[in-house]
Amino acid sequence: MIRTEIRKGFYLDSVALMRAARSIAELPGIEDAGMMIGTPANKEILREAGLLDEAGTQAGPGDLVIALRARSSAAAAAAMTEARRLLDQPRRSEDSDTSWQPRTLRAAMHQMPDANLALISVPGDFAAAEARKALRRGLNVMIFSDNVPLAQEAALKCEARDRGLLVMGPDCGTAIIGGVPLAFANSIPRGEVGIIGASGTGIQEVSCLIANGGCGISHAIGTGGRDLSAAIGGITTLAAIDLLDNDASTRHVIVISKPPAPEVAKHVLARAGKSSKPFTVCLIGGKPETDLPANVRFVGTLTEAAEAVLGRKIGTYQDTLPKSTNAKLIRGLFCGGTLCSEAQLILQRSGLDVVSNAPILATGWLDTKGDSHILIDLGDDRFTRGRPHPMIEPATRDALLGDALVDDTVGVIMLDVILGWGIHPDPAGHLVRALKDRSGVRPVIVASVIGTEADPQVRSSQVRKLTDAGIIVASSNANAAEIALQCVR
Amino acid sequence: MEKIEKANAEALRRLLVGEPVLIDVVPAGEAIEGLGKHHILHAGPPIIWERMCGPLRGAIMGIAVFEGWAEDLKDAAAKAEAGTFRFEPNHDYDAVGPMTGMTTQGQPVLVIENRTFGNRAYCAINEGLGKVMRFGGNDAEVLARLAWLRDTLGPALGRAIRETGGIPLKPIIARGLTMGDEMHQRNVACSSLLLRILAPPLARISKDSEALARCLDFIGKNDQFFLNVAMAVGKALTDPARGIEGCSLVTAMCRNGTDFGIRVSGTGDTWFTAPVEMPVGLYFPGYTVNDANPDMGDSAIVETVGLGAFAMAAAPAVVGFIGAGPASGAVRFTRAMGEITAGNNPEWTIPTLDGWGVPTGIDVRLVVETGIVPNINTGIAHRKPGVGQVGAGVVKAPMPCFIQALEAFAAKLGVVY
Amino acid sequence: MVSEDKPTDAKKTVSLLDQPLRVINVGLERFAEDLAAHGTTVQQVQWVPPAGGDARLADLLSKVGT
Repeated sequence: MIRTEIRKGFYLDSVALMRAARSIAELPGIEDAGMMIGTPANKEILREAGLLDEAGTQAGPGDLVIALRARSSAAAAAAMTEARRLLDQPRRSEDSDTSWQPRTLRAAMHQMPDANLALISVPGDFAAAEARKALRRGLNVMIFSDNVPLAQEAALKCEARDRGLLVMGPDCGTAIIGGVPLAFANSIPRGEVGIIGASGTGIQEVSCLIANGGCGISHAIGTGGRDLSAAIGGITTLAAIDLLDNDASTRHVIVISKPPAPEVAKHVLARAGKSSKPFTVCLIGGKPETDLPANVRFVGTLTEAAEAVLGRKIGTYQDTLPKSTNAKLIRGLFCGGTLCSEAQLILQRSGLDVVSNAPILATGWLDTKGDSHILIDLGDDRFTRGRPHPMIEPATRDALLGDALVDDTVGVIMLDVILGWGIHPDPAGHLVRALKDRSGVRPVIVASVIGTEADPQVRSSQVRKLTDAGIIVASSNANAAEIALQCVR
Repeated sequence: MEKIEKANAEALRRLLVGEPVLIDVVPAGEAIEGLGKHHILHAGPPIIWERMCGPLRGAIMGIAVFEGWAEDLKDAAAKAEAGTFRFEPNHDYDAVGPMTGMTTQGQPVLVIENRTFGNRAYCAINEGLGKVMRFGGNDAEVLARLAWLRDTLGPALGRAIRETGGIPLKPIIARGLTMGDEMHQRNVACSSLLLRILAPPLARISKDSEALARCLDFIGKNDQFFLNVAMAVGKALTDPARGIEGCSLVTAMCRNGTDFGIRVSGTGDTWFTAPVEMPVGLYFPGYTVNDANPDMGDSAIVETVGLGAFAMAAAPAVVGFIGAGPASGAVRFTRAMGEITAGNNPEWTIPTLDGWGVPTGIDVRLVVETGIVPNINTGIAHRKPGVGQVGAGVVKAPMPCFIQALEAFAAKLGVVY
Repeated sequence: MVSEDKPTDAKKTVSLLDQPLRVINVGLERFAEDLAAHGTTVQQVQWVPPAGGDARLADLLSKVGT
């Protein structure tokens, strides 16, 4: 049976709601539960999940729908009581404090007039409006939200440029400014390398490799995934180059992106060429330009970018690799889109046939049948619609992992285990528990662990959990792809 | 939109530079042009007899008898139904009145002049607590008190005030804020401060020490005496901000026990109304929410200028009195109102907020955007006429008023969906 | 639209890299909690959709902007 409760005029952020819904779903006698704001899109998600009844249909975009599917009335009643308790418990920030929690940026600035950065993670439809308000109040902006219309991004970045302010994003998952991790980011020691990245997990991988190699970064500036498109023209990338160029602590700059629009690439390279600092430009899936400025070097993988500033190769896996059984296919399940792209690149280079839901270059689309190696980007809309991002909730990967484990054709499974702030407290632990029921024959599992010792999850402890469970831990994502290759040869 | 920001800045400026001075007490008929026979001004937006609540009807019947326009209450009711009387909002005549808010030609009204702009505002003298016309009381005792106000206290106050040359009211309010008043549910400090100023001139003009004693006693026993003064201050400060093109700030909020009405500067004198809400608060012993009358009175004009619930942080004692949580939570109310206002009043500051001025200038755009409606600290009347106050609480201004106002305001600027 | 070669006002923007971050977080509360745990000065905004999610009113509001 379906039980629904509507709270009129109630709003809570999507992550908090998903967490609450998940804990309700785990109660005895409950098959599934959802807590969503009553927008048409969300009601459709609830309907598809078999959680929408008449009352839920009537909910409006300003209302919260609490829906559960239970095996008995008693279970439903108990679960609904718990749901109410979860929603009504005082927010941590309001606990014993009787001060007002501002509802608007405007009021927040009454309480913090000298703020210098707005971090925006509201639903995409509203993000640009909030960003504009922030810019007009003299704040730099980081937009974590995605699904912001391209035209709005262009308008914002033009306005930011005129005001001498920086817009990181939209869809900027990672930044590190002055050693402070913002959104999904790692604890990285301070050092001389400045990073400009169109990809969050790309920034994470490179910054962690640098940290684990004994060096540090000055700042990591996220630009959002579309900054280097023709429509945007690299406004933030160019502003970031200016900033790092003028930053005394930065001695080397790494730029990470997928291949930019050609005109934009020209501008960016020309600007990099004007700097006296060495630049390493990492374009996943890109080809080196024919005439690069003297201070600019091209690399094709994230590992190579880190190696360029470390000045040495990053160690590869030393122990003997297991040979997989007759199964010869690689299955990659990635939380990081750029990590998925990098893996595709490395497999393609070795002549393998690869398909993906986020294909680059010669990779085919996931839907094509056949005996291909399959690399999946779990951060893709198709998987994240109505569900938490796998970096926040590793269980989102569990179903596909389960499929891969029982798939006779799969010889190696590749996984990225991403650590850092804003991220699940124990991804390795979760993974190991998901594998526990599988004894006996299973595919080889290769993982790369993106994180540092200073991260909340503590890299070495996560690595130990994985190796104790018989998982091969590579030294980087690129290295993991190479290991997977060797296992299936 | 820049035009709107400029208009709002001008309106806020006008609100803040007003200098309200208590200059006189005179019969309403002398002070208010056009207020004649059968003309009964009431609190709230316009309303017809058929839709009025019990206390409001009770007050109308009583005042009709008081003014000699009806023989008795029954006659008054019949005449009211027959359309003999002209009912209009206080607000349309430069006046305000608490609860039922009766203003008629024979009653003495406080006269407050805004020295900066020259406009005036009027409010009757507060009758005190218990069975009074403000709560719909209309028996012989109520009318006798009104007669005493008309014949004795009113004229005495008028003379005494004229003697002083005018009493500036902003400094009294500023002081009251540091003494635990918010000028809506709590006025005891300001009432006391005003009495200190009035007592000597009252004594000087008095020829009869018993009469003087009665006057001093009447004012001294009424903790809410200053409410009516504060209301007229609110009216005097907001009127110059009316009718500014492109301005989205609220210039009036009021209720008549049935409807809640607001006016917005940029849309002139149009009322945007919606059903009043029920106050949420504490009831005096013996009374419950079933006894409560819906919200009424022009006293929300004090919230319109940043006092009352907007200044709650200055009056932690009120929070408990109105059942709105722990006294330590008073700050939250004021901060919340900071979400929907254009600015702060540097002359009316709150000690516990390190001198943050009361949030002033309600912007309808911010109300609709944030979903935060103005809070109003209010007394709760018994729904039967004349019983009196049965509790106190916080009432919210209804959101539909602000939505209607926003749509009309936008339409006037040529902006549509 | 390709960006013109307008130099950014690097002097103004350099303050973001040079001064300690003072962040206003609009959205996921988790980010504010993490920043606070890290010792960064952060103010959380309890954001709600404008006009309670009413698209028509939100549209009007954006046109008479606050």
